[in-house]
Order: sequence, then structure tokens, then C-alpha cells
Amino acid sequence: MKVAIIQFPGSNCDWDSEHAVKDVLGISARRIWHKDPLPGETEAVIVPGGFSFGDYLRCGAIARFSPIMNDVKEFSDKGGQVLGICNGFQILCESGLLPGALIRNDCLDFRCLNQPLIVEDSNERFNKNSLGESLVLPIAHGEGNFRANESILSSLEENGQILLRYSGNPNGSMNDIAGIRNLAGNVYGMMPHPERAVGAHHPCLDGLPVLNAFLGPIIQSSPSVVSVS
Amino acid sequence: MSEASHKSLPPNPDPILNVEITKELISQHGILPEEYQQILEILGREPNLTELGIFSVMWSEHCAYKNTRKLLRLFPTEKKDKGAIGQVLVKAGEENAGVIDVGDGWGVAFKIESHNHPSAIEPFEGAATGVGGIVRDIFTMGARPILLTNSLRFGNLDDSHVKRLFRGVVSGISHYGNCLGIPNMGGDIYFDECYEGNPLVNALCAGILRHEDIQKGAATGVGNPVYYVGPGTGRDGLGGASFASRELTEESAEDRPAVQKGDPFMEKLLLEACLEMMAIPGLVVGIQDMGAAGLTCSTCETASRGDSGIEIDLDLVPQRETGMNSYEIMLSESQERMLVIVQKGRERELEEVFEKWDLHAAQIGEVKNGDRMVVRHKGVIVADLPAKSLTDEAPVYDQPASEPAHVAEARNWSIESIEDISIEQVEDALKNLLSHPTIASKRWVWQQYDHMVMSGCKIEPGSDAGVVRLSIAGIDKYLAIANDCNNRFCQLDPYKGAQIAFVECMRNLACSGAKALAVTDNLNFGNPNKPEAYYMLRECVKGLADACAFFDVPVVGGNVSLYNEHGEGAIDPTPVVSMVGLIDRQEQVTRSQVKKEGLELFLLGGWPSELGASYFMQTQFGKKEGSVPTVDLESEKKLQEFLISQIEAGKIKAAHDLSEGGLLVCLSEMLFGEKHIGAEISIASENSFERFDALLFGESQGRVVVAVDPFDSNDFISSAKSVGLSINPLGQTVYSGKLQVQVNNQKIISSSVEELRSKWEDSIPQHMEALNK
Repeated sequence: MKVAIIQFPGSNCDWDSEHAVKDVLGISARRIWHKDPLPGETEAVIVPGGFSFGDYLRCGAIARFSPIMNDVKEFSDKGGQVLGICNGFQILCESGLLPGALIRNDCLDFRCLNQPLIVEDSNERFNKNSLGESLVLPIAHGEGNFRANESILSSLEENGQILLRYSGNPNGSMNDIAGIRNLAGNVYGMMPHPERAVGAHHPCLDGLPVLNAFLGPIIQSSPSVVSVS
Repeated sequence: MSEASHKSLPPNPDPILNVEITKELISQHGILPEEYQQILEILGREPNLTELGIFSVMWSEHCAYKNTRKLLRLFPTEKKDKGAIGQVLVKAGEENAGVIDVGDGWGVAFKIESHNHPSAIEPFEGAATGVGGIVRDIFTMGARPILLTNSLRFGNLDDSHVKRLFRGVVSGISHYGNCLGIPNMGGDIYFDECYEGNPLVNALCAGILRHEDIQKGAATGVGNPVYYVGPGTGRDGLGGASFASRELTEESAEDRPAVQKGDPFMEKLLLEACLEMMAIPGLVVGIQDMGAAGLTCSTCETASRGDSGIEIDLDLVPQRETGMNSYEIMLSESQERMLVIVQKGRERELEEVFEKWDLHAAQIGEVKNGDRMVVRHKGVIVADLPAKSLTDEAPVYDQPASEPAHVAEARNWSIESIEDISIEQVEDALKNLLSHPTIASKRWVWQQYDHMVMSGCKIEPGSDAGVVRLSIAGIDKYLAIANDCNNRFCQLDPYKGAQIAFVECMRNLACSGAKALAVTDNLNFGNPNKPEAYYMLRECVKGLADACAFFDVPVVGGNVSLYNEHGEGAIDPTPVVSMVGLIDRQEQVTRSQVKKEGLELFLLGGWPSELGASYFMQTQFGKKEGSVPTVDLESEKKLQEFLISQIEAGKIKAAHDLSEGGLLVCLSEMLFGEKHIGAEISIASENSFERFDALLFGESQGRVVVAVDPFDSNDFISSAKSVGLSINPLGQTVYSGKLQVQVNNQKIISSSVEELRSKWEDSIPQHMEALNK
């Protein structure tokens, strides 16, 4: 097992993420229950979307106290690759693994659509060269409005920590931010769902380069990578 | 007390059970005097108040179908052709939901259910718990839910109360379904004054399971423990089933305690825990959700199905309110609860699963010999009833029926009574139709639903049918679902109206490339004790049953919602038909919108001069009148078989059926997918038609517009002719961004598609913005 997909009570994109990584990219992946330890052989962690603990109190506010989050922090402190998608992004922000916060969409409604995105040059794997100038990825959230104070926002911009921006802002996010990384460059968070855009049965395939960028080091060491189903 | 008192239960410490059962009390429980006589005969004594409450919910229309059971027997419940795909594995009425075979050892469980009355009073919670209830019905069968849709009906959207109801219902569905992570493919929504004060909220769920994993809702094996799982019981939803079996009145708002409060997070935990528990071989003997009539219904139905007795102790039931009496605990409709009967000696295995998910699992009783449902509370027996008397011996009625005068009037209506449209009026008429909320884009609604989760959404909601991939089963097949029911047709001709709902639903599936397998129906009608309302119900059921038999598409379950009346009278008859179909290969999944220019457009089906009951009559003249279009099941069958065969052969690039608004609305909608795509349409003189209005806006049945590659068009035409299908070339799609139509070389319209699209796309958002101001 290389990729651990954390399953909280209320996660609902855990299956999708496992399906995308295992069945489409051909990398071994398994769902890990939030009360269990992170397996020692883990090479990357995905914190999937959903409504962890019903999103009660605040999105991600309860999940950050789950036992496994200590292991995830330790893993990321050692430079381990972590990707939070949607609710996973919210959890990473609540846990302090990523800066900023995600609040209610400015339209006040849940939004589910295929969202055009602009790719930023963030690092050697997340950039216009590897992902293309723009992408279309599904979004599905009620609380994706990214907020941060002036100093955080300007350091995100200056350090090239923005991964993706909305083209046509659907939720009121500051600076149209759809995804960011930490300063060290091993923890990523995004509201769009790359795992929902990897198969011919999906509306688009733009999730493939995103997951490939995240899992790049693992894919290179993977003996058998299967083709897209 | 009466002479039967010597057989009564001993005095109860709970004073409510020593209450004398008066005529008023009996009538408040919706029990007729002759029904009470029947209860006395069954028991050989007077019931106490808890027992009376139990009879009242179990014998309500909602649980017992007492006014409809005879009619429902008209529906075919299995396929005649035993070799065809889609054989019925669990029939209507046998379990919580029907199950059909979809091949490769997989089955699909699906069902539709109404939550109309709760949604009228408390739209957000009413709609949310409607979703919760139907999802429980599906995973109770052992199936993983993979799809949700809704059939919704509201009054006129210009009314601010209607807007609030609409917003509340959509938010409630969005809130509950999104949290569960089950894709919601939208569904059908109509707006009509007849639903003012009595909206319809019908929720459908489909799930997938292996044949061998089908669960039963039966309590068997004497001594097997009975478990209560899920959150504690409160006083919410007290007597919801009997509430649903009454007319709504001004005082109904006071029934708010009869509306339940939903917690989708709790349901998600329950869903995962139950599926995990059911995956343990041989552990679960029987399982049933506590939906309508809560603990009462689940205990007596499981006992009745298992030919067993059952005994429960209410002191062991988890409770989240203090001081609840037995009446309240038995009749509560608190949400997200299940009753589970497990193999004796293996209790720990169940408890471990529920501990993992941090859920209550309390043993509250066991399966007994005999046939009694015995309920204890605080050390005494508070109910002791034969279980089958509640489920199988409920009274069944044949109501008197009489045809309403307006139905005869509609039959005798003549198109000559209205003046044909002039060419100058056509464009405005089209725009008025496109912006009618029933026809307008429902993006405002389905964008609030997560329709892409579970890696399965093949096409966006808003096409003729919702299509999901059976990814979770690991197979590359697609499940398609369509809902339909045009109330105008049903109101003016109930038999034909119900048949049109059926054929249109099936045609929607065919346009998507799907072969129809089975139906679940939701019969929404007025008070059956009124002869005219009962007539409408009876005729709709007959029409639907005859169509099901003709197409060999059985009904595998559904729901009846009567007493949908408010103020002015009954709603229009609304027998919602939901049909499930299967698409074998991804390439066959067909959309209603054209993707490119240079395609040939054809009309399959002819040009009858029919205009009665159409939306044009509504938007142009404000009238709901006229004779309902002809339904010809034979030619409908021919059309649909041809469509599917041509889709399988890869000849059809897009297909859209003609329904509300007729030909011009259909053509416009086909162009709304891509920018700059337009169409040049020329209807030639050899086509015999009598009037412009019927030609452009009539809603004649059995018609579809298809887009075909020019390279294939000659073959396509001859194939259609060879099966005796009427085929008419309409024109082609062009890169003009205009919809241009001429008839007999006379220009009828030349409209910007962008302008038409904005009428169609902006109508509902504009209506709803006005609410916020």
C-alpha cells in the first residue's frame, strides 16, 4: 500500500479517491479508518472530500482532533506528500497544515459544476508546463470561500504557493484561490475534485495531470502503471 | 369501560393508558366506527390508547393502502418475457423496495416515496427527511445507494410563498443528499397553480447489490435478538403516517410536531455501519428501517413477514427525551433508526460494527413463537396484538367513483374554438414557453445537488434521463433513470394522462440510449372518499397498468399519497412514473443537446393537429383545457425500438423527445449545449398540417427529434421507412447561433439562440432573486 486515503465518519469521496488512484493510475491505495494508525509503508496521504463529522461546528473542525491526524502531521513534518481535496482541504486548514480558512460560499448555496481553472506556476510539478495553462475540474461544495489575512495572502502569492485559481469565481474566494500548497511544498489542498475527472465516463480528464503531479515521485517508482480505463 | 373490560390489560402506571377510549378519540385517530368494530373483534376487548395509536398508523392509507390496495393489484409485478434482462428479483410490496436483475449477478433496488405533507408545513426538513427515508429503504435491502432523483411539484412561482417552499425543498434535498454522498441527478419539476398550498415532494433512490446479498425484512428464528440501531427516539414526527393520510388545512401548521427532523450525518453513519454489518456472512436475519410509523411498523411488519411473534421492551429503547410514554415511543418517527434481527449468539459481531461507527445498538427484544406483537413498558404489557391483524387485516375499500364534468368537456373540445397563431406572434410565444418555470432550465436546482460524487455521473442533469455508471460494482454499464408526469394531461383525461406519463418516461430513456427495465410509481391524488377524486385515481391506475402490461415493464414498488388537497380542492392527479433503464456501453449514452454543426435533423413521428392541454394553451391563453393528445402504444413501441437500435448502431448523435412546448421548444433546447450552434429548419409543403400553432407548439405524442451525421442520413431514412416509421427531414445544425424556421418557404422565425437560451436559463434564477430582495 503506497497511498493512504483517510476515512473519517462522514467522508464520502474516499471511494472515488481510491478508485482513481488504484483502478485508474494503478498505484496501490487503501482507505484508512480515522481511529487506526497510518501504516508505516505510506508514501502519500489523500484526505478526501465529504462531510467529516457532519461538518458540524465548522468544516473540518472536529476531524482535526481524530487520532490519525497526529500521524498525518508527523508524516508531513518528515516531508511526506499530503493532498487534501474539498473537505480534506478544509481539514488541513483547520489542522494548521495549510494556512487560511474556508467559509460559506458567497452565494450561500452549494455549487456543483465543471469549473474552469487557471494553473499557476507553483513548483517543479504543479505548473503550466505539466498541467497546461487551464483546466476544467468538478467542484461540489457549500463552503469553499478561501479567506486569509493580508500577510498570509501576500506570502502565499510571493512564495508561489497558489496552485489553481478559479476562472469565474464560484464562491467568493480571495484572489480567486482554488488550491494552495504549504511553503515546504509537500502539503497540497484544493476545492476542485481531480479524482472525479480521470475516466472516460467522467465529464473531463483534467484530474489526471493533477493527480500525476501529486503522485509523481511514486509513479516514477511504480513498476506497473495501467492505462486509463 | 364496556363489557369487554374483563379481557383488558392490567391497569398501567402510565395514566395515558387508562384513558377511556371515546368516540372522539377514535375519530381523532382517523379510525371509522366500522373499523373500530373490526378492532374489537380482533382483540376480543377494547384497545388501550397505545394500541389504538398503533392501529391508527398501521391502518392509515400511508401504511395499509386501504383505498388503493385493490387498484394496485392491476399493476403487473413481473416480466412476462422470462428471457429478457430486468427480471424482478423482489416484487412490489414484498420488502422495503423492489429489486431487478441488471446482469452479471448484480441487482438494482429502487423505489420512490412521497413526503408531500411534511414539506408543505416545513419544506426544508420535510424534503430532507424524504430523502433520508427513501435512502434507508434502499440500503435496508442490502444495496449501496448510487443515485437519487426527485419529482417535485409547486404552485405558481410568481407567488412568494411558493418561492419559499421551492427554495426550502431544494435546500433540504441538497443538504441531506450531498452529505450522504449519493449523486442526485435532478429529476422533473412542474409549476402549476393546482399545487399551491400542497406541493409534491417525491424522492427516489436506486442502489446496487449482488443477488445473493438481498436482505429480508422478516423476523425469524425463535429466540433471535431484536436490535434497535441508530440515534435515540424523541417526540418528533409523532403520528406522521396518519398525518400524511389527512387533508391539509389552515390548522395543519399546528401539526409541526408531526414533521421529523433529519440528520444526514447520522444517516451516513447508519448506512455505512449497516452495509458493513450486512457484509458479515450469516449475521443478519432480518432488517427493516423505522420509517413511517417507526417502531410500530418495523416490529409488526417483520413479525408478520416472518410468521413469528415479537416481543420488545420500551425501557431498553434509547431515548433522547425524558418522560416519554409508550404511545409516544411506539408512534415516534424520529429519523435514522433501524430494527435488526441477528443470529442468536452473534450479538457481539453486530455491536462491534456499531461501536466502530459510534452508534447505539441496543437489544430491545426477541423473536417469539406464535403471532403476537407484545410491547412492555415499565414492567407491564402495554400492547398485545396479533401482528398480522395490523399488516394483513387492514380494511380494504372500494370507493364510489364518478367522472368529473370537466373530463367530459375536455373530450368534446375542438381546436376550432381557438384562433390559430399569426406568424408575428411565434417568437414571443416561443420565448414565453421557454421561460415558463416548468419548461425553463432547472440548473438553479441541480447545481445545488452533488451530481458527480461516486465517480458515476455520465451526463449532466437536464438531459432526457439521468445516467450513472455502475462504477462501484466495477462494471462498465450505465443505469438511466427518468421521471415523468404531466398533470395537465392527467387532469383532463386521467387514463390517457397516465399512459402519456409512462410512454414519455420510456421515450426519455430511449432517447438516452437506455432499454426500459421496470417502474416505480408515486400516486399523488386527492381525497379518495370523494367520488370524483377516486375516479381520477382509478382511471390513472388503469391507464398506467395497461401501459406496463403492453410494454412488459413491471411495477416493482412505489408509494401512494392521497388527501393532497388544500383550500380550493384536490391537486391535479399526479401519478409520477419513474423508470429505470440500462445502457450496455458508454458510446451508447446519448444526450439531448447537439455538439456540432453540420448534422441533419429529423422528426420521427408525424404532424397531428393537436393542441389541447398543451403548455401553449397555458402561456398564450391562460387555459388548462382541451382534449389530451392521442396515445398509440404500438407506434410508440416502434419508435422507441428504432431509436435504441439506431443508437446501438452509432447513427444518432443527439435525441430529444417532444414534450411540453412542442417542436420549437424541443429544437431550441437541443441547441443550448454549445455556443454558436444554430439550426436551419425548413418544413416542406408535402407535410400535411393544418395549423401553425399545433405544428409548432402542439404536444402530440410519439415524437422525437434526432441529429444524424449527413454521411448516415440516407441509410437512416431508409431504415426508418423499412419499419414503417414516419420520418421527416427538418434541416441541419449550422454555425450561425440562430434558430431559423421556415414553413412552405415562408419565414416563421429567425431568433438568436443566445437570446432564447437566456430566456430559458435565467427564468428560475430571476424568479428566485426576486425573493431575496
